[in-house]
Amino acid sequence: MDFLRPACWEEALAAKAEHPTAVPIAGGTDVMVEINFDHRRPEYLLDLNRVGDLYEWEVGEDSVRLGASVSYTTIMENLRAELPGLALASHTVASPQIRNRGGVGGNLGTASPAGDAHPALLAAGAEVEVQSAGRGTRRIPVDDFYTGVKRNALAADELIRAVHIKKADGPQQFSKVGTRNAMVIAVCAFGLALHPGSRTVRTGIGSAAPTPVRAEAAEEFLNAALEEGGFWDNGRIVPPSVAKRFAELCSGACNPIDDVRGTASYRRHAVGVMARRTLTWTWESYRGTAARTEGVA
Amino acid sequence: MRVNFTVNGRPQQADDVWEGESLLYVLRERMGLPGSKNACEQGECGSCTVRLDGVPVCACLVAAGQVEGREVVTVEGLAEAKGRAAGPVDSQTGEGTALSPVQQAFIDAGAVQCGFCTPGLLVAADEMLERNPDPSDADIREALSGNLCRCTGYEKIMDAVRLAAARQGEAV
Ligand SMILES: Cc1cc2nc3c(=O)[nH]c(=O)nc-3n(C[C@H](O)[C@H](O)[C@H](O)COP(=O)(O)OP(=O)(O)OC[C@H]3O[C@@H](n4cnc5c(N)ncnc54)[C@H](O)[C@@H]3O)c2cc1C
Ligand code: FES
Ligand code: FES
Repeated sequence: MDFLRPACWEEALAAKAEHPTAVPIAGGTDVMVEINFDHRRPEYLLDLNRVGDLYEWEVGEDSVRLGASVSYTTIMENLRAELPGLALASHTVASPQIRNRGGVGGNLGTASPAGDAHPALLAAGAEVEVQSAGRGTRRIPVDDFYTGVKRNALAADELIRAVHIKKADGPQQFSKVGTRNAMVIAVCAFGLALHPGSRTVRTGIGSAAPTPVRAEAAEEFLNAALEEGGFWDNGRIVPPSVAKRFAELCSGACNPIDDVRGTASYRRHAVGVMARRTLTWTWESYRGTAARTEGVA
Repeated sequence: MRVNFTVNGRPQQADDVWEGESLLYVLRERMGLPGSKNACEQGECGSCTVRLDGVPVCACLVAAGQVEGREVVTVEGLAEAKGRAAGPVDSQTGEGTALSPVQQAFIDAGAVQCGFCTPGLLVAADEMLERNPDPSDADIREALSGNLCRCTGYEKIMDAVRLAAARQGEAV
């Protein structure tokens, strides 16, 4: 094994181009487990810890550019207002020790259907900025990033540089089912974001299909129902029949398996419950802000 | 490969390190610092918790090569880091060092049974008290949520951290 230690981004890209089989290591919270248990013996480890750019983030007009190695702890402490869904999801990852090291770049690299960042990224709307020495930069919509169980759209010579995540323009929620609060890999998870600007609702489902997915039919149904009833303007509560149908369609978007953490039918059921709850929570909070603004005017 | 880094305030060099080796292995097997424990090697138990540039991490999940040029504090350096050296100190074992306030509180509260989880808990608790001198019970539980203990049932550990916080408050 060789340990490659690029001191900057350009060196990292050059190293990856020269050694396409090199395994990048950021926080190491996935990679080291595999090495410790001899599940993986890469020829090269490509250490990204010295690439300072990857730890930076920038809050722009419409989106946040989040460096690939920004830790979950940093997200929770600094980006709760801009990225509430991702901050909530970050807080459910493992433990403080893991959150201090692990980040979204590694979560995307592993692309586990159980990764907690994914539902939040799908619901908020995000693009993954990847780069290679030879072919430059491309931005992959996060919806297209997950290509199979623990597979992603990265080419062998590419590295993830940053994720561009839409800044919240409305309430967001994240919900996760597990056996306890700390140190739990999701049985299933659900992210939901209201986008009052575009009058749309977006979702993300974790651990209930081969890849993280959006419940697109459920979103379309809900968007139409909210529009038709004028709900974005009148701020009325979402009728129970609408919430129920939305939940059913979210369950329908799942394609789960039975495994040690839960059965397929439980996952389908739980996703429906989380869909209804997160819709209720976010809509209540949207109505709250809407009412306050009206009160002022 | 060779790795140069600072351990408990002293520059150290580890030679013949295998590229896939963890920081935990280097500390225990190459530096003679067995205080950090190895119970799972997969980030689940927290018994290997050390501080890397001040931040609590699982040493079993840090690749040795990643600590090049960086600072590591282990449980052996806890008392010294708090300025508690009582006499001549053995830099390797920490012997001759008085205990840090958190260590003393763990003994006084009876928070140590088999002791396997203790070093990791001490490092995690010590770091929390530095950031948050007056923690609520929820803060303590959150800060220690990555550390498993199979003996105590955690109540005495909670007592110990509350005690350390109270003593720290009195000392100010
Ligand atoms: C005890 C424990 C509990 C956990 N609990 C959770 C949990 O609750 N939820 C959850 O989502 N995850 C959990 N994880 C998994 C892990 O912490 C996350 O997936 C984390 O986001 C990984 O980030 P990292 O920086 O440590 O990745 P690393 O381990 O460094 O890398 C992970 C993968 O991404 C690749 N990679 C990293 N950076 C880049 C880059 N810039 N470009 C290209 N590829 C890259 C690596 O090659 C590797 O394949 C847990 C892990 C442990 C050990
Ligand atoms: S040995 Fe590192 S967390 Fe258990
Ligand atoms: S005292 Fe035995 S594991 Fe905690």
